[in-house]
Amino acid sequence: MNNLLIPNPKEAESIHIIREVAAQFERPVLLFSGGKDSITLVRLAQKAFYPAKIPFPLLHVDTGHNFPETIAFRDKLVEELGLELIVRNVQDSIDQGKVREERGRYSSRNSLQTTTLLDAIEEFKFDACIGGARRDEEKARAKERVFSVRDDFGQWDEKNQRPELFDMLNGKIHNGQNVRCFPISNWTELDVWEYIKTEDIEIPSIYFAHEREVFLRDGMIWTANEHVFREAHEEVLVKMVRFRTVGDMTCTAAVFSEAVSLEDVVGEIRDSSISERGARIDDKRSEAAMEKRKKVGYF
Amino acid sequence: MSENRKLIKIATAGSVDDGKSTLIGRLLYDTKSLTTDKIEAIERSSKQRGYDYLDFSLATDGLVAEREQGITIDVAHIYFNTDKTNFIVADTPGHVEYTRNMVTGASTSQVAIILIDARKGVIEQTYRHFFISNLLRISHVVVAVNKMDLVNYDEEVYLKIKADFDALVAKSDFTEDQITFIPVSALKGENIARKSEEMPWYVGNTLLDHLEVLEPADLEPSSVARFPVQYVIRPKTEAWHDFRGFSGMLYGGNLKVGDEVTLLPSMNTSTIKSIHYFDQEIQEAAPGSSIAITLDTEVDLSRGDMLVKSSSVPRSEKQLTATICQVNSKPLKVGGKYILQHGVNRVLAKVDQIESRIHTDFTGTETADQLKLNDIGRVHFRLSKPIHFDTYKENKANGSFILIEEGEYDTVSVGFIE
Repeated sequence: MNNLLIPNPKEAESIHIIREVAAQFERPVLLFSGGKDSITLVRLAQKAFYPAKIPFPLLHVDTGHNFPETIAFRDKLVEELGLELIVRNVQDSIDQGKVREERGRYSSRNSLQTTTLLDAIEEFKFDACIGGARRDEEKARAKERVFSVRDDFGQWDEKNQRPELFDMLNGKIHNGQNVRCFPISNWTELDVWEYIKTEDIEIPSIYFAHEREVFLRDGMIWTANEHVFREAHEEVLVKMVRFRTVGDMTCTAAVFSEAVSLEDVVGEIRDSSISERGARIDDKRSEAAMEKRKKVGYF
Repeated sequence: MSENRKLIKIATAGSVDDGKSTLIGRLLYDTKSLTTDKIEAIERSSKQRGYDYLDFSLATDGLVAEREQGITIDVAHIYFNTDKTNFIVADTPGHVEYTRNMVTGASTSQVAIILIDARKGVIEQTYRHFFISNLLRISHVVVAVNKMDLVNYDEEVYLKIKADFDALVAKSDFTEDQITFIPVSALKGENIARKSEEMPWYVGNTLLDHLEVLEPADLEPSSVARFPVQYVIRPKTEAWHDFRGFSGMLYGGNLKVGDEVTLLPSMNTSTIKSIHYFDQEIQEAAPGSSIAITLDTEVDLSRGDMLVKSSSVPRSEKQLTATICQVNSKPLKVGGKYILQHGVNRVLAKVDQIESRIHTDFTGTETADQLKLNDIGRVHFRLSKPIHFDTYKENKANGSFILIEEGEYDTVSVGFIE
């Protein structure tokens, strides 16, 4: 038996937030992408409710362009922890004519996810969506609340946010509204990696260096396969790479890396000079790209 | 996670032109927390605007609207670390209309940095910033006298500002704060991470060295244990058939197995049987722990109730007096009804009387029939049920609350119980 618990303040805060979500809402859901941040959320949720099971399901909005390693990992995690998983597909939204596939050189299904997500929220009447967004990721995220109220259209009004004082969270909403909840708001990328290492949390293999067919464009390393638009002159190379974030293949660039263990990865992040979202192609579109997507209901 | 690093939470306050964003940008730059692509973005933007220096304020000014106006309009959270310390900065705007933002940012901070423009000295804004850091009982204040490069690094200017600020300190009732003065130039990086050669007359630490040696434990006044029940864990499985864990965050002091506890509101007593942190059983927990507690008797205890040591029970009352800061454009009025959220507990509250509006420039009070956005006042409330509170002075977590209005459910006020 351990003598005295000295809390890790960021972990304790996150557990507190997750318990608030479970207590304040009728139908919460944890948005799960298979990335390191949502995997960290699952561990924190386990800690929040142990020895009971996590009292809400996971929702994965699948673009159909996910890395197969991520999907395999997702299914294994759900199986091992006895979690409930809901999957909704962007392909279905396309087939139903609700969204249209982008075309051309930078086409991606990333922004199409918003429609599928909002439809799933409506279908299941979710009133709280727990996400792994962090304030250090991007400038517009730095002003996001822990509990962020969205209207019936999933929109974020940055000028009209509820102030959050001390650790008191106000999740009171009207029917039809929902709240996006961000338990690891105050974590940095390095915090997440160090936590994964300390806690010995399993993560998908694509976070570690591996050989992959890639091509280079705009100074970034793109995955070469049938889902990613590639010009004839863009040559396919086989390189040792890894991913720092795991989104859809069409919007996640790799980095050259030799990091094969968590220790290597943490070392690499500490020394790193390119920010995590620097490898997100979706943000490169414009300086205000993230803010614009958030306003229309993106995570 | 960063197991060897401590966490220090800082609120910054300054007027629009005091160079606050530049100061934070400089801290990020000097601690190598700005990545290559962010530095490139700053270089690109600075060049586009025709500046002949790097505009670090661009590192923190987030939203499109404020980029256009060139001012910060909300609380932004910024993160950086050194080998020894993790820092969270709540960057709060200093414009007169935005008292609510500084109160919000300061509510989660242990340290306040108040910026003063060396050319302007102590101004009305400075009074207001210091008033708020006192109201929130921030125990550690750094007065950063900025733009020293624009006054030829003149010690006389610095000493005059220090004397003026000391006169302000003399007006305050809150005497438990430690105040440190540092002359800096955020733009040039003088006394931020690097000791300035331009100001040999200053013998103290640089800003970063000063912040790095702070100890979190010294920044939180010690108090007594308060454990509000947040969520009751009932696994209902074979292995954990009878388990009833009362989960929540512990504030103010330690709790340990065997402690005799009193349950509020029932006033029943029991003994702590076990304390759980995930799959570990622990003997004792320190403040700030998110834990689950089991008791050795069957008790009726649910969300919003409180578990405390029997040796130190808080007040339970249906009336209270608090200093209120109005954080929404809907005014607080006599007779108004609100949902009062005290920690994780909610009751209904009615405004009995607004005793006064308090001037945030230390010039006293006046009578008022309502409190508008950014007003601070002394208010008497009646509650639908008793809550179990300490004064804010005794215990910050158990001595504060928010008011939620019943229309849009906006958070309209924050209260500090007297």
